[in-house]
Amino acid sequence: MSEQNAAPSVAFENVSLAFDDKVILDGISFDLQPGHMKIVLGASGAGKSTILRLILGLLKPDSGRIWVHGTRVDELSEQELMAVRADLGMVFQEGALFDSLTVRENVGYRLYEQTRQPVEEVDRRVAEVLGFVGLAEYGDRMPSELSGGQRRRVAIARAMTARPKILLYDEPTTGLDPITALTIDDEIIKLRDLEAVTSIVVTHQLRDAFHIATRRAVNGGGEVRFEPAPAEDQQDTEFMMLRDGEVAFEGPAADLRASADQYLKSFLS
Amino acid sequence: MKGGLSEALKRGLLEVQEYMRLIAQVGRGLVTRPIYARDIIEQLDAIGVGSLTVVILTGTFTGMVLALQSGMTLDQFGGREVVGRLVSASMVKELGPVLTALMVTGRVGSGIAAELGSMAVTDQISALRALGADPIRKLVIPRVVAGTVMLPLLTIVSDACGIAGGWIISTMQLRVAGSVYWNNVVQGLFLDDLWMGLLKPLAFGFVLVSIGCHVGLRTTGGTQGVGRATTRAVVGASVGVLVVDFFLTKLLIALMYRG
Repeated sequence: MSEQNAAPSVAFENVSLAFDDKVILDGISFDLQPGHMKIVLGASGAGKSTILRLILGLLKPDSGRIWVHGTRVDELSEQELMAVRADLGMVFQEGALFDSLTVRENVGYRLYEQTRQPVEEVDRRVAEVLGFVGLAEYGDRMPSELSGGQRRRVAIARAMTARPKILLYDEPTTGLDPITALTIDDEIIKLRDLEAVTSIVVTHQLRDAFHIATRRAVNGGGEVRFEPAPAEDQQDTEFMMLRDGEVAFEGPAADLRASADQYLKSFLS
Repeated sequence: MKGGLSEALKRGLLEVQEYMRLIAQVGRGLVTRPIYARDIIEQLDAIGVGSLTVVILTGTFTGMVLALQSGMTLDQFGGREVVGRLVSASMVKELGPVLTALMVTGRVGSGIAAELGSMAVTDQISALRALGADPIRKLVIPRVVAGTVMLPLLTIVSDACGIAGGWIISTMQLRVAGSVYWNNVVQGLFLDDLWMGLLKPLAFGFVLVSIGCHVGLRTTGGTQGVGRATTRAVVGASVGVLVVDFFLTKLLIALMYRG
């Protein structure tokens, strides 16, 4: 069975959600294949972050069905969702690091608290992921001692510690300067290309979105190199534009740029 | 006007419903695994040991004022020597439990609401859930258990300090002999009074911490929201303590002092 025909990692079917009278999602459907990435674009309040919260089961839809790795999550209880969440990692907007814990405790939280793995083993894994995001010496710092970019990188490290199969990024570069934002983009690219993590990136930063979609990470002799991705690789990263609670566009970067739709054109300009 | 009233009523009922739901979740969490023992010990220290100073000061000065005021009143009847009886009965049955609960509400209830509120508005509660932890088990149950266990102990400290404060004033200002004071302290107390003085803070501890947690977890609206949540938690828990005090006292009197 080819990868394209594999069971999707995430699937939405006619999902709708409204808060009071405000419709956030209006019957949206999409799926995400294993190892692929979806970049969700849209104006503020378009429901981008809501999609991630629905996948995690932090919110329940009013109607429709949501599958994660073949399990229907919209009808699971909080207790049943714990097993699904073990395969999911989420990078929250602003990081959402636990203020009272050190960087090491934040990054290893799931393994220290939720598993019976030996502490030495968890320490090794925490050191490994902190090294992956370039913060190996920051384990003993408190989150308040970190810059905005470092906090996001710690949040990425925390999300990937337990080796989830799917990573969800909620506005990972919002509020960061362009240089720092690029370092975060590169971490996301590395996880997609080197760790084969399926991912959904919610953002309204077009520069970052296209950077992630059009570049790839290559491991050459122990050193990670970033280069423009060939056209066939770019097919694995799809854009999804939300507008008025509906999917206004779904496709690769080249199709988005070539679209004649006036709304898309004005959004991209 | 009518629409506004019905909206307020709806909001009030929703709050009560959500609070009762939290209590049910706490009840379920107490009898099922996992129990976070380390967090419970941390909270016992934060709520219990951390509140000692304020409770000692409150108890001591309340006992001193009680001795001063009752001494003046008792003088009118020539009964100054029974001041110990009044101080001990008032402290153990009513003032010790209620004042301790109100002081702990100010210190702990507000702190819990601010801490959980900050976590809620910065997505840390959602992050906890995303990382596979249940915020009720991880954050609420340790605090509720610690509050319920520590408030009776803090009340005992407060009662003891209040009675000692009353002794200082009785002997140094009212010129009542120490032996007479202590004799009256013992005579003024019955076993049922001691039970009442211990059962009430058990309920107060549960009420004030659970209200703090409920308000904290439902915080929205950024840092301003955290400020509002803190105020709401202190007001709600203080009123809750006084309301529970009335009904519990009525119940305990009916059960313990019959005939």
